[in-house]
Amino acid sequence: MFWKKYVKEMSALGVDSIGIVLLISFFIGAVICIQMKLNIQSPWMPRWVSGYTTREIMLLEFSSSIMCLILAGKVGSNIASELGTMRVTQQIDALEIMGVNSASYLILPKILGLITIMPFLVIFSSATGILGAYATAYIGHVLTPEDLTAGLQHDFQPWFLWMSIIKSTFFAFIISSVASYFGYTVEGGSVEVGKASTDAVVNSSVLILFSDVFLTQLLS
Amino acid sequence: MIEIKQLYKAFGDKEVLKDINATFEDGKTNLIIGQSGAGKTVLMKNIVGLLEPTSGEILYDGRNFVKMAKKDQVFMRREMGMIFQGAALFDSLSVLENVMFPLDMFSTMTLRERTNRAMECLERVNLKGAENKYPGEISGGMQKRVAIARAIVMNPKYLFCDEPNSGLDPKTSLVIDELLHSITQEFNTTTIINTHDMNSVMGIGENIVFIADGKKEWQGTKDMVIASKNKKLNDLVFASDLFKKVKEVELEEETHNLNKQ
Repeated sequence: MFWKKYVKEMSALGVDSIGIVLLISFFIGAVICIQMKLNIQSPWMPRWVSGYTTREIMLLEFSSSIMCLILAGKVGSNIASELGTMRVTQQIDALEIMGVNSASYLILPKILGLITIMPFLVIFSSATGILGAYATAYIGHVLTPEDLTAGLQHDFQPWFLWMSIIKSTFFAFIISSVASYFGYTVEGGSVEVGKASTDAVVNSSVLILFSDVFLTQLLS
Repeated sequence: MIEIKQLYKAFGDKEVLKDINATFEDGKTNLIIGQSGAGKTVLMKNIVGLLEPTSGEILYDGRNFVKMAKKDQVFMRREMGMIFQGAALFDSLSVLENVMFPLDMFSTMTLRERTNRAMECLERVNLKGAENKYPGEISGGMQKRVAIARAIVMNPKYLFCDEPNSGLDPKTSLVIDELLHSITQEFNTTTIINTHDMNSVMGIGENIVFIADGKKEWQGTKDMVIASKNKKLNDLVFASDLFKKVKEVELEEETHNLNKQ
């Protein structure tokens, strides 16, 4: 029963978020590349600098931290409102009466599911961001594909990819546990469920930002 | 049998239940009645362990539920079935999956056996054919019947119903009442129903506990309600003109019979 629920949560929280992750990452990758080309590129800079900075921004911050902030909105509100509604419609009480440990049954698969799927979302996000950058080269002709490739390959440190994955795993835990807490402890009716959903997003976003500072310092 | 002894429950300074003593017997439909806000739901939540009493004892066939270790309480809950006011069906599961849920969690049956057992229970509540529907696709009355099927799927010894007729039309309420009554007799469960539906009181009230302002005011059967002199009970039960008339007719007949003798 737990494994069934775990797979279901991975699908609901992670797989269903792939679309939005790919869409945002593609356009942000493209925009970063254009901005770097317009604002940093100069005769004094090597031609690969736009590709290099795009890769670093995508890998170090966007795909892990900013993507998780976006997911805090989508996934966090989803978790809090689902659990909150279950609480106010007595579905959680029904589980308790049956002798089911409701917290373990409802929350644990969500936390583990999101932690499991998050590294894949980060990898997809980075890859799609780079595709977006290539789109500006091939379609927009902002820079040459050769310069972009040179920048993307310049001084690549595999640890940065691991850093991104480690950070996102922490953020996945923050999003799922904070949202679950606010949803599970709702008391009242639909207004309180809405408030819990907002509180979950705000609090998990703030926690992500704070922990980003510490994790970046710790892992760099 | 469930016995409640000197039960008190307070939220902060506010005492909601005061010195409740009551007995709920096996194979009988036991009703807890009272006005809205009298403490019926709090009493039921204490009985099933969703709230912890301030003091007192709740004995399930002699086993004190309040003093039990958490682990034993969880184990004991597998002997209970509960029907909530709003049915509390799991939205993401179909009717069949809802009924099968307790079996999925706690039984060692095969999938075929679990499905057959759930289908038996759905047939028992006249819901054959609705097994693939979702709670949002069925009426309130059908949701209540699914909740009943889910509550009885594990053959519980104790069945609890919190306002099973709220939001239902009189005809559907009657169907639900009769269903609960026949299930109680068929499985010899200790059934406790929270209600302020007077049709239920007059129809299936084999043992009625009347609560007013957090205190037990009166206990008896549906036949004893008619002759009762308790003012608070009369105010509640005979609030409607229809039931006033019923009481008048019953009392007139009684007087007439006495005069004849």
